[in-house]
Amino acid sequence: MSVRAPESIDCDIHPAVPGLQALLPYLDDHWRETIVQRGMHEFSSIAYPENAPITARPDFRVNGGKAGTDLDQLRDQALDRFGSRLAICNCLYGVQLLFSEDMAAGFARAVNDYMAREWLDREPRLRASIVVPVQNPEMAADEIERCAKDRRFVQVLMLVMGDMPLGRRIYWPIYAAAERHGLPIGIHAGSGYRHPVTGVGWPSYYTEDYAAQAVAFQSQLTSLICEGVFSKFPELKVVLMESGFTWLPAHLWRLTKYWRGLRTEIPWTDVAPIEIVRRNVRFTLQPIDAPPGDTFARILDHIGCDELLLFSTDYPHWQFDGDAALPEALPGDLVRKIMIENPQQTYPRLLKEAVR
Amino acid sequence: MNVQVAVREAGQQAVAQAIADCDIHPYPKSPKALYPFLERRWQRHLETYGLRTRQGYESGPAYPKGQPEAARRDAFPPGGGKPGSDLDFMRKQHLDPNHVALGILNPLRSGQGLQNGDFAHAYCRAVNDWQVAEWTGKEPRLKASVLVHYEDGPGAAAEIERRAGDANFAQVLLLSRTAEPLGQRRYWPIYAAAERANLPVGVHAFGYGGYPVTGAGWPSYYIEEMVGHSQCCQSLLTSMVIEGVFEHFPRLRVVLIEAGFAWLPALKWRLDKIWGRLRDETPHLKRPPSEYIREQVWITTQPVEEPEPRKHLLDTIEWIGWDRLLFATDYPHWDFDDPARALPLPFTDAQHRRVFLDNARTVYGLAG
Repeated sequence: MSVRAPESIDCDIHPAVPGLQALLPYLDDHWRETIVQRGMHEFSSIAYPENAPITARPDFRVNGGKAGTDLDQLRDQALDRFGSRLAICNCLYGVQLLFSEDMAAGFARAVNDYMAREWLDREPRLRASIVVPVQNPEMAADEIERCAKDRRFVQVLMLVMGDMPLGRRIYWPIYAAAERHGLPIGIHAGSGYRHPVTGVGWPSYYTEDYAAQAVAFQSQLTSLICEGVFSKFPELKVVLMESGFTWLPAHLWRLTKYWRGLRTEIPWTDVAPIEIVRRNVRFTLQPIDAPPGDTFARILDHIGCDELLLFSTDYPHWQFDGDAALPEALPGDLVRKIMIENPQQTYPRLLKEAVR
Repeated sequence: MNVQVAVREAGQQAVAQAIADCDIHPYPKSPKALYPFLERRWQRHLETYGLRTRQGYESGPAYPKGQPEAARRDAFPPGGGKPGSDLDFMRKQHLDPNHVALGILNPLRSGQGLQNGDFAHAYCRAVNDWQVAEWTGKEPRLKASVLVHYEDGPGAAAEIERRAGDANFAQVLLLSRTAEPLGQRRYWPIYAAAERANLPVGVHAFGYGGYPVTGAGWPSYYIEEMVGHSQCCQSLLTSMVIEGVFEHFPRLRVVLIEAGFAWLPALKWRLDKIWGRLRDETPHLKRPPSEYIREQVWITTQPVEEPEPRKHLLDTIEWIGWDRLLFATDYPHWDFDDPARALPLPFTDAQHRRVFLDNARTVYGLAG
């Protein structure tokens, strides 16, 4: 189903850092010198091999360069094409993979400043997520404090796989800072590659790596709920991005069954997991992992809540062809919720005029 | 919360009918119960060094279980010993009242995943002999599993060949959390041997691969590990499909045990979609992933997922296939699914018979 809702909000697009060179103006001298002295490579993650079909749709590729590096093309292909009033940029330059906390903090800061100057300043429809040095939660919270003053930053970005499950208490300073500033935590597909991407070891194929992302989202949802993140931070919203969501009903049925049997282990989780998801967790629309026909509608029925899905194109990743960003035959009021109302409810900073 | 109470009539009829239970856990009365089947050298090794897996504690998990021995409180035999260690009591408590006509034995903590591979082979062989001597030889309703030290593919294949043709054994048993994903080539000798022996390969949740149960590190709680078994099963099935195990072994039958079942449709859809996009990476695959799964994978019910309303599970079963679902209780463990209550759904008699009995007889080659 193609869309051109004039007020739609695209909650997951990926402008890219063209390369380390582009960050030089935003790095301090130490890191600028380090790049040259140590001959640093690009922070391009194997989560999205540059030429892999999922990484960029053929017609979204830039001639001779990385997809998502040309603003005019992005305006044309991602904003005008789908009639988006606003779009949230999730920059996937892999600073989360670094082992040095200081280096991660230095480059995260540069990525955020680069996004503000080179993208947000030049295109008023764009908003962005704050890239944080998740390697050190205190430093991550500092970066949130620094960027939150710019109200065009509407979310905090984390990857779905890192050192530890995201519910662990060590990450709570990040959630405290995010909640304080009305910023949802956006968890996006990708890994720091600290562990095998599956619980049963390293796979052989990229196909398995991408399949494993949806599995990791299930684990993280379990962790966030069982550790009590939403009991501690009841106002916090978490958005799972590029996670798929057709796995959600079955996962919640299983988690809820075990919660009934084992909840004495986690007494702070005092409402059923499905209630927590309805209150605190949202999902971007793409990719839709369902076959054609009535499957999508039946999955929505299983989810039983029309407030969970947020419109996304996942530009320039290749999730759908042509303009078919929505599944077929959605009722009009649901389309409006997905495209406009649910994003507005999720991101308080989208409601007010952005202030520099 | 709006909880739908079980529709009990359908279930209560069920207990009068014969069922297959595809996941029963027998335990030795004590480690010494295995000694008649274990060489002296390994008896001494067991007493000196214990069962060393890729876990930190000498005994017991770092995620303490939800119940002692992870068992039902009423499953401790009155005469002593661990739950699942007394055949007469198992008959009285489970096999007779629940009309179990076919029970598949899946012994856990039985040498699989030990660090010392030679010890693992010896221990698995002993448990295989013990199952015949103490269980299937005494109770014809029960069938044994061929335990193998799966991390050594050729050695595991040799044990499968030793048991091939022995009607005491109904399947080869692997655990889900292995040293590498189960699709990888090091495990292929197992699949070749199982196919030759015409035995299905059961993959039971748990194991000792040494990796965190999530791709994002170690969680804090037992509940997370338990829920995580479904994620591990998704990953190992992905591996088996994408590496080409089913393409290469078209007569191989795989049974996924104790990881629930409702997750399977969404995994199939995602794999089909990704394969469609990335198929130049896996030219060895000739068909969409879902087709291999539909034809060569069976899955047990326990622990049955519990949607509200329960009838959503009818969609799930339709997406999986009525001929692929196998009822299992997990006796004597605490999250036991009672055959009279676990699936409170308006099954037709034919559907009920398939899920509770006929599918198991078919996959285990015991029909008719």
